[in-house]
Amino acid sequence: MSLREALESGRFAVTSEVGPPKGTDVSQMLDTAEKLRGHVDALNVTDNQAAVMRLCTLAACVHLAQKGHEPVLQVTCRDRNRLSIQSDLLGAASFGITNVLALTGDHVIMGDHPQAKAVFDLESVQLLEVVGALNNGTDMAGNDLSGTPEFFVGAVVTPDAHPIEPQLAKFEKKVRAGANYFQTQAVYDSESFLGFMETARSFDAKVLAGIVVLRSAGMARFMNKNIPGITVPDAIIAELASAQDPVAVGIEIAVRFINDVRDSCDGVHIMAVGAEHLVPRVLDAAGLWEVPS
Amino acid sequence: MIVVRQKPVDEICAFVTRHRRVLLVGCNTCAAVALAGGEKEVDLMAELLRLATSRKASFVEFSGTVLTRQCEPEFLEQLDSEGYDAILSMACGAGVALLASSVDVPVYPALDTLFIGAAQGLASWEAECSACGQCVLGRTAGICPITRCAKGILNGPCGGMSDGRCELGDRDCAWVLIFQRLEKFGRSEEFLEIAEPKDHSLRTRLVTWDAHEDGIR
Repeated sequence: MSLREALESGRFAVTSEVGPPKGTDVSQMLDTAEKLRGHVDALNVTDNQAAVMRLCTLAACVHLAQKGHEPVLQVTCRDRNRLSIQSDLLGAASFGITNVLALTGDHVIMGDHPQAKAVFDLESVQLLEVVGALNNGTDMAGNDLSGTPEFFVGAVVTPDAHPIEPQLAKFEKKVRAGANYFQTQAVYDSESFLGFMETARSFDAKVLAGIVVLRSAGMARFMNKNIPGITVPDAIIAELASAQDPVAVGIEIAVRFINDVRDSCDGVHIMAVGAEHLVPRVLDAAGLWEVPS
Repeated sequence: MIVVRQKPVDEICAFVTRHRRVLLVGCNTCAAVALAGGEKEVDLMAELLRLATSRKASFVEFSGTVLTRQCEPEFLEQLDSEGYDAILSMACGAGVALLASSVDVPVYPALDTLFIGAAQGLASWEAECSACGQCVLGRTAGICPITRCAKGILNGPCGGMSDGRCELGDRDCAWVLIFQRLEKFGRSEEFLEIAEPKDHSLRTRLVTWDAHEDGIR
């Protein structure tokens, strides 16, 4: 069952992600993917994540697809103009890669080539419309395509953004621009997330809750301070600070969150952020280890 | 106005030490207001350059003058550059370029042109306009997202916004400001209109503009 089929049939979906290497050795990325085989519906492949130059997403997706995994091609607007984005999308479709996640992308200033020219010819909302046009058989300029892709396109939303109103307005635009589903920035406060889900439901939007497993109180504080749109509540930081085994407690926190929200959202997207080995442990503890085929 | 800033003296020295007699030409409009190319700054720059070049044991003579505006031919006609073998222009890039096209000696820039901006206080300016050729301020409550959003995006704040600040950490999020001002005017609905990708061909083709051709006298 594909990610599209899972979400369209209403089955709780599980996705995770892998990052392409800085270099040509894809073995570690493929090892990570292998450990998740059969346990996730799809694997996001990041696109020069955090504006750090890496092996290209499309090539990484092809490697994964050749091994029988289902990739989600993350597409940012930072590094490519509208010609390049459309041609990469067509290239992906030609390899049978049809899951796309439309992102604006972190600014080049944040990454390892801060001197680069940032592109942003398009941004996430416009990119969603471009994907819609390609699905309808034309490019942005209205020219007919020979061979039409069938993309299933996702977008991101930050439920804990502050202020939230402009973020929710952009969320609404993404729905109108044709997003088939959303995955969220990491969320920790289930009550606040359930509040967001009420808004999302009013737009009939499918939402995967973003999960990042906390490994220490220090990591939680670091994320609060440095990652936009992430708020780890003080009670959770205290729980981690007093833990004998903070990683085990971090997994418990993630599982508790998943259990609190699983009846109200459409799935989870688990981001490993450098601890890929924890993803199976979370899935197992949350009773999500077996993905129905 | 065009906001400009003086280049480091060392960079300017590298241009002028090849010459014998250099004329510094200020610009009494934007560059003077930006405290970078008015009469005072021309005099001060000449002094600085005399000092800097004498230390390097090179013998360059510096004189200074100021034009009303360097970006208009009629003011350039007033310039007497006879006897100089180089000119140091203390104007924006447009001034440097026009001056360079009107004399037969090398013209060097003494300033860096930063942006089209507005005064924020004494000797402080903020970029407000990117000269994109298709003003969007009518739908963004007078705040330019192309200029004030680090990504220049057109449909609302990106995921990097945090507490109303840009992910670069050096400015407010333009899209939060736009949202708040539209809300204040009861125009929140307009925020939901999807802005189509910008037509950059207009800007690409805007290399000249002749008001007469547009029927403007």
